[in-house]
Amino acid sequence: MGLNRNVSLMTALRYKGQGPFLTYILHRIGGLGMAIFITVHLLASFLSGKGGHFINAIYENWVFQIFIFFCVLFHAINGLRITILDLFPKLIPYHRQAITIEWVAFLAIYGFAVFTIIRTGLGG
Amino acid sequence: MTTKSRNLSIAKRGLMSFETVMWVFTRLSALGMYALIVFGLIGALIMGARNNMNFADVMRWAFMPNVTHVESTDLVDTTPWSSPLWKLTASALLIIAVGHGVHGLVVIADDYIATKKGRGIVRIFSGVMILSMIVIGLYLIWTS
Repeated sequence: MGLNRNVSLMTALRYKGQGPFLTYILHRIGGLGMAIFITVHLLASFLSGKGGHFINAIYENWVFQIFIFFCVLFHAINGLRITILDLFPKLIPYHRQAITIEWVAFLAIYGFAVFTIIRTGLGG
Repeated sequence: MTTKSRNLSIAKRGLMSFETVMWVFTRLSALGMYALIVFGLIGALIMGARNNMNFADVMRWAFMPNVTHVESTDLVDTTPWSSPLWKLTASALLIIAVGHGVHGLVVIADDYIATKKGRGIVRIFSGVMILSMIVIGLYLIWTS
């Protein structure tokens, strides 16, 4: 089962996985961020009242929107790359090129979303 | 590079194990969510998102087509946005996303919890979470 990994935390942090590792760890951060956000958001909307409205007010703030849009859009675009490569394994030799395409698509969509959020947030 | 694994029968490859089924489910549910999100995006454009909403508002609607997500926009009439069609779309998206997301949490937890007992507890907890999140989410969608 590979349960005994014998890798210390420091070794793990120094792991130089480069581009593919960066997408892997950002996929996890984005997924975890969304899971926590959506769980708390659902509970806050369900309980409503003063506490619920307070939590949802934080979520509606444009600064938080920038964070959650990163989680959602990166997870969605990286997830699409993973799905395409896994369903068409012949493309796996080109996974680094796929990651480059992924970053171009992500930066274009996320950049435009952040631009819109900031312009609206600053009252434009 | 050998292609030996391709000669194994499906049963020998273990395609029927629960974890493999969930591996396939994670990929297919991602495509399913993409279909529902694009559906929400097209619907928003048909219902007039072009004039009264910004890009971020449209994305927020597409990722969860619930009427509360468009109440802060400049839309004059949000009645078409709370039609049963969108409540059904939101329900489908919710159920798929909860399954996909909670299974993802189990995958992450398995990287840090290695004992059989610990993994059993994680699985019981994930079942409770899937059920409660779907019930609370459906309640919120159909009462908003």
